[in-house]
Amino acid sequence: MSDLNRIIRKIINNQRLDKQDGLALLEQADLLTMGGLANEKRYLFNPKKKVTYVVDRNINYTNICVSGCRFCAFYKTPSQNGGYVISKDSLSQKIQETIDLGGTQILLQGGMHPDLDLSFYVDMLTFIKQNFDIHIHGFSPPEIDFIAQKSSLSIADTITVLKDAGLASIPGGGAEILCDDIRQQASPNKCLSDTWLDVMRQAHLLGMRSSATMMFGHLEDDAHILEHLDKIRSLQDETHGFTAFIPWTFQPDNTRIEVKKKSSVEYLRVLALSRVYLDNIDNVQASWVTQGDKIAQTALFFGANDMGSTMIEENVVASAGVDFMLPKEELTRLIQAAGFEPRQRDCFYNLI
Amino acid sequence: MELSFLDKRLEAIYKKVLNNSRLSKEDGINIYKTHDLIGLGKIADHVRRRHHGRKAFYVYNQHLNYTNVCKNRCRFCAYAKDDGEREAYVWSMEEIRARLLDRIDEPIHELHIVGGLNESLTFDYFIDLLKTVKQVRPTATIKAFTCVEIDYLSNLAGLTIEQTIHKLKDAGLEMMPGGGAEILNTRIHDSLFPKKIDHKRWLDIVRAVHKAGITTNATMLYGHIETVEERVDHLIALRELQDETGGFSAFIPLAFHSENTELSDLPATTAVDDLKNIAAARLMLDNFPHIKAYWVMIGEKLAQVALNFGADDLDGTIIEERITHTAGARSAKGLAKDQMEQMILSAGFIPIQRDSFYNEINELNI
Repeated sequence: MSDLNRIIRKIINNQRLDKQDGLALLEQADLLTMGGLANEKRYLFNPKKKVTYVVDRNINYTNICVSGCRFCAFYKTPSQNGGYVISKDSLSQKIQETIDLGGTQILLQGGMHPDLDLSFYVDMLTFIKQNFDIHIHGFSPPEIDFIAQKSSLSIADTITVLKDAGLASIPGGGAEILCDDIRQQASPNKCLSDTWLDVMRQAHLLGMRSSATMMFGHLEDDAHILEHLDKIRSLQDETHGFTAFIPWTFQPDNTRIEVKKKSSVEYLRVLALSRVYLDNIDNVQASWVTQGDKIAQTALFFGANDMGSTMIEENVVASAGVDFMLPKEELTRLIQAAGFEPRQRDCFYNLI
Repeated sequence: MELSFLDKRLEAIYKKVLNNSRLSKEDGINIYKTHDLIGLGKIADHVRRRHHGRKAFYVYNQHLNYTNVCKNRCRFCAYAKDDGEREAYVWSMEEIRARLLDRIDEPIHELHIVGGLNESLTFDYFIDLLKTVKQVRPTATIKAFTCVEIDYLSNLAGLTIEQTIHKLKDAGLEMMPGGGAEILNTRIHDSLFPKKIDHKRWLDIVRAVHKAGITTNATMLYGHIETVEERVDHLIALRELQDETGGFSAFIPLAFHSENTELSDLPATTAVDDLKNIAAARLMLDNFPHIKAYWVMIGEKLAQVALNFGADDLDGTIIEERITHTAGARSAKGLAKDQMEQMILSAGFIPIQRDSFYNEINELNI
């Protein structure tokens, strides 16, 4: 039996793949084989023919950032023009609009701003909680690590303070590729892999849920992708705190990494691999933001059971020149045309 | 090859395919109705590989849409203008020559020439057009005019279809595109394009063209008001004609774009529609050598996926595509050769640059 057939047998028998298996699958299996395997796993985790989505808004409280990641087109350094910190008025307006449009959460993220201390974050969260009834899905391990260091608090204590002030869950951003050799080249001023994982571990231990992400198609190779997936899976074994996994492709325009964009086929292959490899995470999300509506719909057959957010606002990927928008009516039409029932969900993947 | 399907109806279809048995109308309907997209893709991919292995063809071509003035005003068309409208145009021979010379340094192997039915043009215009193109680009294949234009020209010249084709051949016509078919039935014809030739006429003309030794493509415009059954009937009609003449080269499903048309309320086709049409074509049209994923209409990203769902050809570099872009297509207006090759490679296929007759072009020979 060929190596690939042996690996396929493992998958069909619900046995766990190791990194070598995953790499061989990614490199050798053809697109439809991967799709078929991922599709079966999708139904194992989510047997009903439903595809979920959340109605929310990405609010970036600041674009001023000292991390200067090479793959980022959004940040401004403290000395550049065009930097902002969101005012309470603007924040209020955006949140009210979100609620009026049926939004159930905000994804609140921003740059690593050198002058914003823990009290800024507590104040912002408190303000939101006092004035609005909305779920705050906020920050990221790099931001939390940055705040912790500035406050000389432990990660756990920092998260506790934020949680008490209103932070309800943490998005899985800032993961990129969880391999330090890549992180040191792509984002040397941001937390390394162990710290990213530890922030999530601490959050999960404190009873918070989070998602996990992967941005690929920049400096990494396939082995790094497997390393990344393996680290996420291992942490999930420990804590069971991840709700979902979202992979997407790096968008090179306006950034300092010049590479050929990964193709839609390569995206679908990695998506399928993720569904097959992460045998302990319930949900896999398609990225219409980076792939567009047609590939996002196709992704529903390659392992994804969720379409992410209708995203009333999105700034970060848009600054890399990729600005698809997908209103809720169109999102639900795509889901139905694919043969699924569209269902709105909350941050914890409960159906609304 | 061992395959399993979520949809049991696909199992029966797969068995037929393995036995080289022809698919029925009911099979065609099941193909369109299935929710097992991966299963469908696998069967279509199996057939595709049997024909072409891992090759994916493309041609370095240029489009010349010589006029947008058209008397037919089909309801699904965003491109047509009336004579005298601000954006109406017709190219003189000088302009055509200039457009060709503009790109003379590029290794263009095919000219794709279609336009509206412009009543101010004489038959000589078309003869001159062919001769001009032949003169400027003697080694490129001229793939020109649809059956709609052939019908029009035969009336214009007062000649039979056969006589018209012969005159055009003498002037340089070598192949014909597959447009103007839309959906080959009366209901759609009468609703959407009553002034244009109907399906019987389209099929009669294409039969005559094939008998005159000219190969053509064939198309189907989907995503408007047609039913699944009408799509399947269309494919079967083409299949039957191909059994008679063997003159069809490629089939191209065309995704309807509604912006700036009379049907602008209709939503865009989805990826599932697009991929199903590719797979349905590959499976139903067992006697067509090539299935084309027209990247202009379904986008470059989905075209790559389509290569895995039965398509073996990506048409061309094009540049200058006008017709679908006036109806709102957001794809690029053309792709460079490097981009075509990269698109194919990153989809996992072997890029083969071809001429209009699917001969492989080895640039070292030129």
